[in-house]
Amino acid sequence: MSAYQPLGGRIFTKPFIVLFIIFLIGCFFMYQRFVVGGMGAVSNLNDGYAWGIWVVYDIMIGTAFACGGYALAFTVYVFNKGKYHPLVRPAVLASLLGYALGGFSAFFDMGRFWQFYEIFLPGNWNFNSAMLEVGLCVTAYIIILALEFAPALLERLGMHGLLKALNKVLFLIIALGVLLPTMHQSSLGSLLIAMGHKVHPLWQSMHLQPLFALLSALIMGFSIVVFEASSAAVGFGRKPETPLLAGLGKAVIGLLAAFLVIRLIVLMVQGRLGLIFAGDFASMMFILETALFVVPLYILLSPTRSRRGSQLLIAAVSMLLGGAMYRFDAYLITYNPGPGYSYFPSAPEIMITLGIIALEIMIYLVAVKLLPVLHREEHA
Amino acid sequence: MKRRDFLKLTAGGTAALACGVAEARPNLEANDNAIGMLYDSTLCVGCKACVAKCKEVNNMPPEIDGDKLAWDSARDLSDKTHNVIKVYKNGTATVKDAEIDGYCFEKRSCMHCVDPGCVSVCPCTAMRIDAKTGIVTHHPEVCIGCRNCMVGCPYNVPQFEYDNVFGQIQKCEMCNQPGVERIDKGMMTGCAEACPTGATLFGTRETLLDEAKRRMALKPGEIYNYPVGDVRKPDKHHEKKVPEYKQHIWGEKEAGGTNVMHISSIPFDKLGMPPLEERSAASVAETVQHTVYNFMALPAIALAGLAFVVNRNIDDDDDGGDA
Amino acid sequence: MAENEFDFSGLEKRLSVSRRTFLKFCAGVAASLGLPGHAAMAMAAAVADPKKRPPVIWLHGQECTGPTEALLRSEQPSLEHLILDLISLDYHQTLDSGAGHQVEEIKKKSMQENKGKYLLVIEGAIPVKDDGIYCKIAGETMLDLTHEAAEHAAAIVAYGSCASWGGVQAASPNPTGAQGAPQVLKGKTVVTIPGCPPNPANFIGTVLYFVTYGKLPPIDEYGRPKWAYGRLVHENCYRRPHFDAGRFATEFGDEGHRKGWCLYKLGCKGPETYNNCPSLEYNNVGGNVWPIGVGHPCFGCSEQGVGFEKPMFSLSRVLTHAPPNMFPEIESREDVSGMSTTAAALTGAAVGAVVGATAMAAKKLNEKEGDQD
Repeated sequence: MSAYQPLGGRIFTKPFIVLFIIFLIGCFFMYQRFVVGGMGAVSNLNDGYAWGIWVVYDIMIGTAFACGGYALAFTVYVFNKGKYHPLVRPAVLASLLGYALGGFSAFFDMGRFWQFYEIFLPGNWNFNSAMLEVGLCVTAYIIILALEFAPALLERLGMHGLLKALNKVLFLIIALGVLLPTMHQSSLGSLLIAMGHKVHPLWQSMHLQPLFALLSALIMGFSIVVFEASSAAVGFGRKPETPLLAGLGKAVIGLLAAFLVIRLIVLMVQGRLGLIFAGDFASMMFILETALFVVPLYILLSPTRSRRGSQLLIAAVSMLLGGAMYRFDAYLITYNPGPGYSYFPSAPEIMITLGIIALEIMIYLVAVKLLPVLHREEHA
Repeated sequence: MKRRDFLKLTAGGTAALACGVAEARPNLEANDNAIGMLYDSTLCVGCKACVAKCKEVNNMPPEIDGDKLAWDSARDLSDKTHNVIKVYKNGTATVKDAEIDGYCFEKRSCMHCVDPGCVSVCPCTAMRIDAKTGIVTHHPEVCIGCRNCMVGCPYNVPQFEYDNVFGQIQKCEMCNQPGVERIDKGMMTGCAEACPTGATLFGTRETLLDEAKRRMALKPGEIYNYPVGDVRKPDKHHEKKVPEYKQHIWGEKEAGGTNVMHISSIPFDKLGMPPLEERSAASVAETVQHTVYNFMALPAIALAGLAFVVNRNIDDDDDGGDA
Repeated sequence: MAENEFDFSGLEKRLSVSRRTFLKFCAGVAASLGLPGHAAMAMAAAVADPKKRPPVIWLHGQECTGPTEALLRSEQPSLEHLILDLISLDYHQTLDSGAGHQVEEIKKKSMQENKGKYLLVIEGAIPVKDDGIYCKIAGETMLDLTHEAAEHAAAIVAYGSCASWGGVQAASPNPTGAQGAPQVLKGKTVVTIPGCPPNPANFIGTVLYFVTYGKLPPIDEYGRPKWAYGRLVHENCYRRPHFDAGRFATEFGDEGHRKGWCLYKLGCKGPETYNNCPSLEYNNVGGNVWPIGVGHPCFGCSEQGVGFEKPMFSLSRVLTHAPPNMFPEIESREDVSGMSTTAAALTGAAVGAVVGATAMAAKKLNEKEGDQD
């Protein structure tokens, strides 16, 4: 008997229908984008801001939100912390959805989507490009995530032979599942290097971009596990897994501290500390962003707070927002291609992104109800 | 918990990183035969002949600015405009080439960097440096439309056809794109040919740099015989008083230099040129990329280590079959 | 009706023009001066009144008599009659029927009798080198004659480029030290009508203005009447659209030249020359007859420092764009849209939903944990 079981229950709940409506609106605008007028018809993308929320939210931040599987794989299989096992499968599902839909977003953000395969032809590869690394690595990781999640489906379908075969190579799949996100999450930072002066000095750490991207991805990965588990506890009325989550919280402390300290040191070495207190828009964003990282550090360092589920959730959401802001700030909000350019996503653009998020949550809801994803509750 | 294992893994990784560290990638060097252009803003009279010629050569439609104007009036580079003349204005804007109360024109077109950001970041090699001419070319047949070239370009030159479902990147290819091939045919770029004053001067990067340096050395007020057309064999010359040039050849060194260079009597930051250092961002990005991914050695070693550790930990695990 | 107050019968006889033709002429002149409709009537009345005719002293210096010749070939209805009768031309070396001592006497007498009332027209440059010995009329230097005549003139008009700033005589190396009337007559207001030859219409208009209103029309810093010299040739040139579109003739007889494209590349000085040639063309020949109209670049004949100084085919400075209003500024961009309210609301709602949901979830978790404790 598996340690996991489908949650069961009605699929077409009220929240599901609301999400479905949002998704439909998104679909309408996607139709506009692919059939009627191209990206210009639905987005505010322009010559200065070639990347809008589709890239920065759906891919840069969306995949970081989908780092739960990565963070847990690291914890469980590299650091051999078996007690976190119950959290792995839902995290892998969320990661699979996050990455798969990130990949889909890449497709509709892709200006020449009909020849997307060109990036997979080795003859075209430009090994100097971080984007190539991201493109190939993310694709590979989506496949790896699918394989990591396959046991849930195979169990449900009763295909035990295949399950056994998969288990034999599982170590390699998991190893790749740790390596690939390390590679492309850091490369998402490397993309910023080539943008040079367009990235605000407070965010332009040049050589250290990959490190910050990786640290923030891991922080967000751990946070999303806490967030998902807490949401499941509240949404499905399950018993909170607070002790486990508290353990994850401890793991994040080091990462958080490293992120903040290295960031300050880098700014100090670059002689840019003054910019933090310049009082302009960028400095406000920096302070807000840093506050979103400091608040969870405060919560997690407190022995009493760090054991309370509600506080952990607040810390997790704060870190998720902080990580999201770090990427939003660097890629969009303080990104400056030159005087005269401006960008704020258009309503249709936002609706497409919200549609994708809605789809992601919908599939998640269906999957946990139909497939053995969530851990069997002990007292059930 | 195997702290020692992890430390070993980390140490191994660091060692691999140390072996794998590629030499820091310096800026690319200019091609000796690279062709280029020299734009002298003090010679530009704002006739926009280059803009019109560019549209003609590239067979591009006019850019109509809303209902305000009825003729080609692009405000900036666009998917229909590879070349545009913009203006710097200050105060009363009555004195040509004066910083205060003056005005001057500035040309916007691809600078054809010696170490181009767009080429460095393109995942599919859709942006290339032509080995013979140094022209930065675009190849839509392999482009996926990720638009990294747009964000990777310090000058925001590549333009995407957002309003076309099946759009592509557009940029100046110095009139040597397939079907035009003016350079291969021994002709000048359209804009240099059309320019009545030699404000856009054609030539090799080397000869143009010499010409620019010559102009820098001139005394303001003396008469100089300015060449028009190709600096190596000018169509004609015209005499003009030398203005007070700023001692700065834009594109000599900026981010590794450019094949299209600008000189002016107004500081370049006022003309919308970006704050660039001599080291190209592309070279830094590639140094990082090649340090981490040199021959994929580091990822391979990391994978081996991870596979070993994971395999042992799965076996340790009581839950066995569950991933 | 106002026009009935004037007696045109005498005028019709005197000028041998019909009343209708005469009024048309006055209306045309008034319009080209940019004056309101009633000015034409005032002008007609002034011309019709013989008592208002000012005596004119007309001096010739170093020149080719081009301005006078141009004036004589004016195709306005009976223009020479009009000019000769409109003013009392007391002294004019080309047109006077008398000669020698006789006309010099008449000049002296007229200047004496009409002190402070006569109009002085100067045609030709005035050499000042070596006390002005390079141009003498009736034994006196042009320099002295000019000073003498200018002393009691009611108004001074320098007619032609030579009189305005020296013209071809003043071109380098200027061996005779030729100067224009404004340089010689420092401190006096001199209206200049430059051009080589100048457009007679600009002269007639200015004189009519003076006759009508008893004062000179508004002039610029070089003494040029603003109504005639307020705009660059380039501004009203019929070939201007070709300039704006970047279509240039590059050689005489090439495709662009045959198609009537812009002559800038051939050295057209229109962009730095102030004159009304594109609007008036030349001497009412019609059929677009003026230099640019017949396919030759503007020479800049009426512009000091351009005509006779810059080589014919050298490029001109383009002054049209000072200040430049038809160009995108450095910071102007294509297709940059701002933040829409809907988008802002959606963003706010999304962030609000996340924060709100977290707050609610945290509260519920708190309750659950409270149960456990």
